[in-house]
Amino acid sequence: MRITCPICGERDRREFYYVGDAVALSRPDPDDGDIAWDDYVHNRDNPAGVTRDLWYHEGGCGAWLVVTRNTVTHEVLQTELASDAKEAMA
Amino acid sequence: MGYSGKFSGWRVLKEGLTGNKGWQGHWREVQPKPEYDLVIIGGGGHGLSTAYYLAKNHGLTNVAVLEKGYLGGGNVGRNTTIVRANYFLQGNSEFYSHSLKLWEGLEEDLNYNVMHSQRGLINLFHSDGQRDAFARRGNMMINQGDDAVLLDREGVRKHLPYLDFEQTRFPIYGGLMHPRGGTARHDAVAWGYARGASDRGVDLVQNCEVTGIDIEDGVVKGVQTSRGPIRAKKVGIIVAGRSGQVAAMAGRRLPIESHVLQAFVTEGLKPVIDHVVSFGMGHFYISQSDKGGLVFGGDLDFYASYAQRGNLPMKEHVMEAGMTLMPMIGKAKVLRSWGGIMDMTPDGSPIIDRIDGIDGLYIDCGWNYGGFKAVPASGWCMAHLMATDRPHEVAEKFRLDRFRTGVGIMDEEGTGAQHNLH
Repeated sequence: MRITCPICGERDRREFYYVGDAVALSRPDPDDGDIAWDDYVHNRDNPAGVTRDLWYHEGGCGAWLVVTRNTVTHEVLQTELASDAKEAMA
Repeated sequence: MGYSGKFSGWRVLKEGLTGNKGWQGHWREVQPKPEYDLVIIGGGGHGLSTAYYLAKNHGLTNVAVLEKGYLGGGNVGRNTTIVRANYFLQGNSEFYSHSLKLWEGLEEDLNYNVMHSQRGLINLFHSDGQRDAFARRGNMMINQGDDAVLLDREGVRKHLPYLDFEQTRFPIYGGLMHPRGGTARHDAVAWGYARGASDRGVDLVQNCEVTGIDIEDGVVKGVQTSRGPIRAKKVGIIVAGRSGQVAAMAGRRLPIESHVLQAFVTEGLKPVIDHVVSFGMGHFYISQSDKGGLVFGGDLDFYASYAQRGNLPMKEHVMEAGMTLMPMIGKAKVLRSWGGIMDMTPDGSPIIDRIDGIDGLYIDCGWNYGGFKAVPASGWCMAHLMATDRPHEVAEKFRLDRFRTGVGIMDEEGTGAQHNLH
């Protein structure tokens, strides 16, 4: 698996640290209660197919990335900076 | 014993002398009925053992196991076959202890040779701090009623003379030995439970994929399948890595992320590794199968995956760790590798519970990368839960709501209860 960093270009998967589902882009408010926070911290759609997850380019530029990826084929479909993804959601 | 007939030495002799013409299939071929008392989704190790204990312990035989592929075709058919009870935390400790006791009586109970081999498991340590932690774990195991022996370096050398004890990065200080730990023949476990359940009247339906779960006013009514609707009073979801998809049919999200774990087998060799050896610092563990293949594995690839195959970096890591620990295996040729879908929970411990808010719906999942050894006790406890609506005492801490409440988190590795840390 190779991941294309928007800043550094296509790199070996080993340069990247996997954080998990890109759910971190939409964090609940502190007062949203235990159900919302449980959902955010623990519960996952866990799709067999296209997913979006958060990776950190640890061995490269240090950017946080949102990687759109197929969990069945390991195909990487799209990579964007997490900051851009967050702005697009706003 | 009904359909398949009991195995015995006499029968092997008789069949051998008469051309082996008397053997039959191990379970009945069935068409699904339109209605059952209980339906189990998933015909893997855990689903089959649940069905077996529903029939045997609770007298419930109007039960169907629905399997989308073939019986035992998932993780129970592809794993590194290790059986152990060396857990530390309350909750896990009594559960795996119970499971190991069931393993020890399993062949007699099932009348099936699952080749359970208590060859001893040795976890290596490489520092004074690690020795202290392992001594404490060993004491916990002994307190639980299981066995543990703390070995110093010379003690390990006696058992495993072929290790590289002087490696500069992780010199071997000693090991924690669990003499009752070992391995078993993974497929035989699934087949033995399947035969036992089928003989007691449970319908095992293969090539039957569940496509929906029928729920009316918060009560389970049955399931939709690729072979038509099946009504049921109670439904158990026991589908390991596919738990997320099946729970979604009931409108639920789970604290589970499915990851790939790779394992490897070499060509058959003469007996060389007598134990299960675990090299935690290198994320490497190994044993030798009865066919002679060295069976070994490492850590997760560490990204969500359903591909049932991993990537090259983890393969390289595992090979390097193996060479570091025991350079003698360098000339063995790797025959094949595979990747299983692991249902990873945030704290690394499993779930056996009702699904809150839906009467008659139960789930058994979150076995992470350690589901094989749990097969007997998981089925035992899931059957108890489905039959009595109360958790079994050794599985009462495997609650689904522990992540929301924070009460009873069982983070065996002490790395933190969040995804990507186990």
